[in-house]
Amino acid sequence: MRLAKNYFADERRDDLNEIGQGRPRADVPGHVTAKTTYFADRNFPGMLHLKMVRSPHHHARIRSIDTSEAEKHPGVVRVLTAKDVPHNTYTILILIQIGPEDEHVLAEDKVRWKGEAVVAVLAETERAAQEAAAKVKVDYEVLPAVLDMEAALKPGAPLVNEHHGQNYYMYDSGACRKVRFGDVEKGFAEADHILEQTYSSSPIEQAPMETTGCIAVPDGNDRFTCYTNTQAMFFTLDNTSIILQMPGSQLHLVGGTAGGGFGGKVDVIVEPIAILAAKLTGRPVSFIYSRHEEMQISSPRAAETITIKDGVMKDGRIVARYVKGYTDAGAYSRHSPYGAQKGAAHYPGPYTIPNVWADTYCVYTNRTPSSAMRGFGVTIADFALEVQMDKLARLIGMDPLEFRFINAYRDGDMKAHRQTTEGAALIECMQEAARAANWPVAEKYFALSSHPREG
Amino acid sequence: MAKVPVQFSLNGSEKAEFVDSGATLLAVLRGKAGDTSPKGGCHQGTCGACSVLIDGELRLSCLTLAETCEGAEITTTAGLAEAGVLHPLQRAFMDGFAAQCGFCTPGMLMAAKALLDRTPNPTREDVVEAISGNVCRCTGYEPIIQAILAAARANSHNAA
Amino acid sequence: MAVRRGRGVAAINYPTGMNLGGDPSQALVHSTPTGNFMVTLSSVDLGQGLKQVISQICAETIGVPTDRVVVDTADTDTGPHCMGTFASRGTHRIGNAVIQAAKEARQVMLEVAAEELEVNAADLETDGAGNIHVKGAPQKAISIFDTALSAHFTRGRSISGRGMFLVPRSFPETETGAMKPATCYAHACTVTEVEVDDETGEVTVLTVKNVFEIGRALNPKMVEQQLVGGSWMGISHTLYETTEPYYPARDHGGSDFNEYLMPGPGDLADTEIIVLERPSADGPYGAKGPGEMCANPQIPALANAIFDAVGVRIDHLPITPERILRALKEQRRV
Repeated sequence: MRLAKNYFADERRDDLNEIGQGRPRADVPGHVTAKTTYFADRNFPGMLHLKMVRSPHHHARIRSIDTSEAEKHPGVVRVLTAKDVPHNTYTILILIQIGPEDEHVLAEDKVRWKGEAVVAVLAETERAAQEAAAKVKVDYEVLPAVLDMEAALKPGAPLVNEHHGQNYYMYDSGACRKVRFGDVEKGFAEADHILEQTYSSSPIEQAPMETTGCIAVPDGNDRFTCYTNTQAMFFTLDNTSIILQMPGSQLHLVGGTAGGGFGGKVDVIVEPIAILAAKLTGRPVSFIYSRHEEMQISSPRAAETITIKDGVMKDGRIVARYVKGYTDAGAYSRHSPYGAQKGAAHYPGPYTIPNVWADTYCVYTNRTPSSAMRGFGVTIADFALEVQMDKLARLIGMDPLEFRFINAYRDGDMKAHRQTTEGAALIECMQEAARAANWPVAEKYFALSSHPREG
Repeated sequence: MAKVPVQFSLNGSEKAEFVDSGATLLAVLRGKAGDTSPKGGCHQGTCGACSVLIDGELRLSCLTLAETCEGAEITTTAGLAEAGVLHPLQRAFMDGFAAQCGFCTPGMLMAAKALLDRTPNPTREDVVEAISGNVCRCTGYEPIIQAILAAARANSHNAA
Repeated sequence: MAVRRGRGVAAINYPTGMNLGGDPSQALVHSTPTGNFMVTLSSVDLGQGLKQVISQICAETIGVPTDRVVVDTADTDTGPHCMGTFASRGTHRIGNAVIQAAKEARQVMLEVAAEELEVNAADLETDGAGNIHVKGAPQKAISIFDTALSAHFTRGRSISGRGMFLVPRSFPETETGAMKPATCYAHACTVTEVEVDDETGEVTVLTVKNVFEIGRALNPKMVEQQLVGGSWMGISHTLYETTEPYYPARDHGGSDFNEYLMPGPGDLADTEIIVLERPSADGPYGAKGPGEMCANPQIPALANAIFDAVGVRIDHLPITPERILRALKEQRRV
C-alpha cells in the first residue's frame, strides 16, 4: 500500500503521535496464540444444545405440529413451539419505529420461506437434538409461492406476508422511497442520447468464518447472561426484551469479539430463543448455526434488480437519470426497508446530474429473508451505475474515465437528495488511478480538483 | 452412548479421556481437553479452521474420530509457542498484519507449520498449496502468504 | 478461440453511517490509579480492528502512548449504548464519542497536574510519552503515573469522561426524497485488467489497481488490511459468489466452502492499493469509514473489463463462465 501524501496535504496534520501510526494490533497476540476468546470457547456444565426444525416448503399453511415422538427421544429436555414465545411476532427495526411487526420467532399458522424456524428442540447433546428434530412431525398444506420480485408485484399474486397486506413495503411516501430532483422529463427531451438498461444480482452470503450463535446462561438471580457474536449488542438486548417480555435489566449480553460479520450478524435471530430456552429449562443453552444454516438460512445480501435510464449529451454531460431499484427482502423485512431507502439516496452516484428521479422498492417474496451485508444498499447499485457509465461513454464515443471526470461531483454541488457535497475526492482518486494504470487521459482532467466550481 | 477410553499426548501433556463413540477430535479437544485453539468453522472439513497436527501430519480435527487417536501425538496452536516464546510463524503473522478476525488463524498456523517442518524454504507456490484447504474471509490471503514466507526466511536466517 | 485481454475502470463513493434511524454511540473513559486509561464501550470488534483504532484515538486525545490504553468492548452491564458495528460507522461514530470522553478525562488530568505543579492547567501540555509539563518549560513536569496517583489518593478527583456522538434521525421528505442518510463520503477508483478465455468463459484477474480516499488513515497498517481483504471480496462477489446459483431451484445452493465458491490463495490478482487522505470535517481526526466501500469498485470495473475483452455485457451478478459463454454464443448467433 502506498499513501499518496501529495493530495490534500494542506488539509491534514501528519505530525500526530498516535494517529497515522501503523501500531501493531493489541488483539493479535491473542489471535496467533489462539487465546482470543470467541463466544463458543466457553464451556458450561449442563449446557443444552438447541436445534431448529425448519420448513421444507417455500410457502405453506401449518395444519398441525406433533412433537410427541421428539419429546420421547433420549436426551431431549424440552421442545419449544410458537406458543412458548411471549411476544412471538416481531421486527428488528421496531426499535427505530420502522414497523410493522411481520416475522415470527417460531412459525405460527404459516411458513413463508424454505428454512423458516418452526420448532426448537433442546437436548443434552447436539446429536440428540438433531435426531429429535427429525422426529418432529409438521403437517403442511403447501401454498403457491412467489419466487421473484416481478411475480410478486403482478396483480393477483399470492400474498407473501399478511402483516404488510401487499407484496412490498409501504413507506410514508407510498410503495417506494422517492427522490425527485430537477425535471427529469425535460432532461430526457434535451438529451442527445437515451440509454435504458436493467441490472440484477443473486443473493450473496456474508460467510464469516465463525457462524452466528450464542450461549445463554441463567445466572441464578433471575438474570440471563448471553455470550454472543452479534454485531449490535443493545439492538439484540432491546429486541430480546420485547420478544421475551422481559425487562432489559434481566438481560446481560457479553460479546465484542466476533470471528467476522460482514453484516451477517446484525439480525436478532439466535439470542431471544436461546435465552427463552435457558429461562424455561434453567440451564445454559447453546444455539450455534451449522455451516449449512449460515450459508442457506441466515439472511444474505438481497437479490436486486435495477433499471437505469440516462439522458446524455454528445459532450459527455449526463442531463437526466431515472432509476427504479428493487430489493428482494424475501419473506420478512429485517433490515431491508432501510437498505432500499439507503439506495434511493445513493443512485445518482458520485456524479452531479441536474435531473434525477429514483424510486426504490422493498419487495416481499417467499425467498430466504435478506438483510445487511458489507455495502448494504450500495454495492449492487454501484455495479449497475458504473457499468451504465461505461456503456454511456462508449455510446457517445468517449473514454470512460474522461466521461467520469466530466460528470464527477465537486464540493458545493447539490446532490439529488438535497445535500451539498463536501469532502469530495472522486476526481483525485481518478487522477491517481489514471497515473497508476497508465490510463491515457487528456491533460486538462489532471488540472481539475474536487474544490468548488468557480462562479 | 458407549464411551471409549482414549489416551493421547496434547502439546506434550498426557491426556486420558472417555469419549463418546463417534465423537470428533475437535469436540473432544474443545469440550473435554480444555483446548479451544482449534476452531469449528464448518464441522464438515471444508474450512480448515480446526486443523491440528497428528503425529506431525496436518489433519482436520472435525473429520477425525477421537477414538482413532489412541497413542497419538497431537499438536495444536495452543502448543505452538515454547516456554512463552512465540513460534516464528506467530511472530510473522503479527508483524505482517496477517490476522483480522483471527478465527482462521489457528488453522492457518497449523497448515503453515506442517509445511515449514517439511519444507523449510518453500516457494510461494508451496505456501499457496499448503494453505489451500484453509479459508479466510477477511484478509484476501496475500498477507498470510507473505507472513509464512517471512517466517521461513527468519527460520533459515536463524539456522545459518 | 482465444484468451482475450481487457481493461475496465469504475469510480464510486460510499456513505459513512446509517442515520435514517438516528445514529448514536457512547463511550466512557477513566484512568486507573497508575495512569492507564480504560475505554468502556458496548461496541463490537468484528475483526476489523475497532479496539486498536479506538485505543489510538483515545491515546492521541489524552496524550499518552497507545499501550497505556485498554479498550473493553461489548458488555451491556458496563458499556454504554452503541448502535452497532455496521454501515462503516464504527471508527467514525465511536471514535467521535471516545474523543469527547477522552477530552473530558484529559481536562481533569491536567487540572490535577496543575494543582501538583502549582500552575494554571491551561499552561500545561502532554509530551505523548506519559508526562505533563508546562508549555515552554519541559523541566517543570509531572508524570501521568504520579498525576493519577495524586488524583486517586490525594486530590480526590476522578480522571474520567463521558462521550456521546449522535447524528440525529433524518426523516426523508416524502415527495422530494430530501434526506441526510450519512455524514461523510469515502471514494474509490479501480482499474483492472483481465483475461477471458472465450472457449471456457473463464476469467483471470491479472491486475487490480485500487485508489481509495478514506479520510485520515488512522492506522495505515490496519487500513491496508481492510483494503486488501475488501478488494479480494469485490473480485469474489463479481465472479463467484451466490447462495442461489440456479434460483428458484434451491438444491444447488452452497452449504459449505467447497460448494460456496470464492477465490482461494491460488487465485489472487496482482493487487495495488493507493490511499488518498482528505480528512472529513466531522470524523475523528478526519477519518471516514473505509470498511465497506473497499469491496465495491472492483465489481463494475471487472464487468467493464470483461466487456472490453470479449465484447459481451453480463448485467447479472455473479459473472460466471456459464453466463459469459451463453452471451458469447448469442453474440456469434447475431
